[in-house]
Amino acid sequence: MRDFFRRRPIWSLIIAIAVAIVLWMIFAPWPPGLVDTLGRKRIFLNAVFGGVTLGALYFLVASGFTLIFGLMRNVNLAHGSLYLLGGYIGFEVSEATGSWLFAFPVVFVVVAALGLVLQNQVFRRMEGEELRQTMVTIGLSVVIADIMLWIWGGQSYTILSPDWLSGPTTLPIISSIKSSGEVVYLRYPAVRIAILVAAIAIGIAMWLVLNKSRLGMLIRAGVDDREMLAASGVRIQYVFLAVFAFGAGLAGMAGIVGGTFQSLSPGEDTRFLLASLVVVIVGGMGSIPGAAIGALVIGLSEQIGLVYAPTYSVVFTFLIMAAVLAFRPQGLLGSVR
Amino acid sequence: MALVERTVPSGTTWIDRVPGIWWAIALILLIMPVIVNDFILFQVFGWSLVLGMIALSLMFLAGYGGMVSLIQMSVAAMGGYMVAIFGTSGVAAISMELPWWLYIPIAIIIAAAFGTLVGALAVRTEGIYTIMITLAIASAFFYFARQNYGIFNGYSGFNLVVPPPLFGVDWRQPVPFYYLALGCAALSYFAVVYVSRSPFGLALQGVRDNPRRMAALGFNVTAHRIAAYTFASVIAAVGGILLVWQNAQISPGTAGIPAVIDILVIAVVGGVRRPVGPFIGALIYTVLRTFSSDILTTFGLSGERFKLLIGLGFLAVVFFSPDGVLGLWERWRNRKNRDSDPLTGEPK
Repeated sequence: MRDFFRRRPIWSLIIAIAVAIVLWMIFAPWPPGLVDTLGRKRIFLNAVFGGVTLGALYFLVASGFTLIFGLMRNVNLAHGSLYLLGGYIGFEVSEATGSWLFAFPVVFVVVAALGLVLQNQVFRRMEGEELRQTMVTIGLSVVIADIMLWIWGGQSYTILSPDWLSGPTTLPIISSIKSSGEVVYLRYPAVRIAILVAAIAIGIAMWLVLNKSRLGMLIRAGVDDREMLAASGVRIQYVFLAVFAFGAGLAGMAGIVGGTFQSLSPGEDTRFLLASLVVVIVGGMGSIPGAAIGALVIGLSEQIGLVYAPTYSVVFTFLIMAAVLAFRPQGLLGSVR
Repeated sequence: MALVERTVPSGTTWIDRVPGIWWAIALILLIMPVIVNDFILFQVFGWSLVLGMIALSLMFLAGYGGMVSLIQMSVAAMGGYMVAIFGTSGVAAISMELPWWLYIPIAIIIAAAFGTLVGALAVRTEGIYTIMITLAIASAFFYFARQNYGIFNGYSGFNLVVPPPLFGVDWRQPVPFYYLALGCAALSYFAVVYVSRSPFGLALQGVRDNPRRMAALGFNVTAHRIAAYTFASVIAAVGGILLVWQNAQISPGTAGIPAVIDILVIAVVGGVRRPVGPFIGALIYTVLRTFSSDILTTFGLSGERFKLLIGLGFLAVVFFSPDGVLGLWERWRNRKNRDSDPLTGEPK
């Protein structure tokens, strides 16, 4: 961080000013001039919070994708299918047992098991053949998507959040000040706050495991030099299996999250596959902090675009990606290998 | 190549060098309207020639350039949209109704420019990244066309886009359309074969095999790759225009993600090593697509599961033979040759 500041003082200054402006816009009550140009502060705040929450969901999906790619160079274009499958299974489990929380471990185990099978039966046979992996996983995603359409049909499902998370919660952020001087605080759905907190917790936990634990050391060593790690006696295939299963399970759990605050329907798998592609391209392949930043940028641009330029909000995402590619092809936090 | 001595005797022409089986196939293709009925002619052969052309542009990029680009379907749709916008369509508010000799070149040029632009962005990346980026841009095109009502007429797109009645022929009738598609497909096939043997094509294959060495030899690697995108985009644009004329309509779904994936499936199933592969893949795809519901109902399954059938077939091909059906056939032929006696060529 300090290194970045020393090497690029101008960029750090610009980023710091931008962050300061955004923080001011979030926390301070808006002067009337700003309200005239941008509309009510509540709308802006809702867009920002929606964007951050969407970014949290994108992060959950994309971090597994980027972890798998970073360690094994495995291109899993069936990642979106794992997301949607997790969502559907989560829906069934929470309908059957009535417990939202119980769905998470079940889905994690089931989808992670599917990930184990994928890694062991598909990717291990074609190590290093990226194009073939791409083709095979595209074929797999077509097949899985059609099987899911067969089982669950074309209608959309929403997973009900539990009672203790439904309803809004009041945040200590000023939404507006009434003419009587009364301060109105922002109210926001509790379940989204929970998702955001959970995503941040998972992100920090992943970062800690990767950077502070022995397993993380093995994974990082595998990213840097796979052959040398194998030669020093580590059963690298087990590490691969563990990482793939974890990434797949994370995508499955993200499916429950997505099914709770959005909905599950055919086509969501490609949507989330594309979102994770864009997120990891923007953030940099194989970097967890990169995935976090990419997810935040994409989620925010999608939601803010939806509020202020509704027609072309979807295109903004891809414009950002094109700009990143044009000026920094390896992604914001990616490293050139 | 220059080191190879010409082994062909000077008296033979190029006609003698083409194997007999090719002449037979050409003859069958030419007299196809006599053999099959109008439905199969239009819906199976016409469609597979058109899809084959779009997949051929992907084959050119993937086979000779080493760049798997998923943008080809969007380029084709761009060509189709431009025909609808500059030519005639049911949406009178947008269509400009220019004469045919003007709007067809305009459509091809705009689509080629679009393809070149995407290519210029995509060649900054390699391998799997190219796939991801072109996939992302293709979906951006889909969403943009769906949201934009000023130019692309949003969700509904354009209908009643018909070919111009040239020489008093209605080109949407099965037989004329078949010959139109066959002519365009043959032209693009020979164009790809010709370009692949031209200095540009050889340099492109050199870039595919070893970009650093080609750069060291003084070739502009990036320019060759971008030029390959331009050439492929022209073929895709012609295919897209034919596709619009065949369906008589175009909508964002024409370039949706499933359609983009389908083109990849077609090219890969057919095989990306040779220009004829995409046409074989397209024929397999259209036959499956047209008749799969009948096949599935005979096995007691619902006819909607044709995606599953196509997906499983694709999976089987890429899992067992990386170079498609052509690769399978070549391997089978090699095995047959290996079984025969190496000296006399007779079976053991």
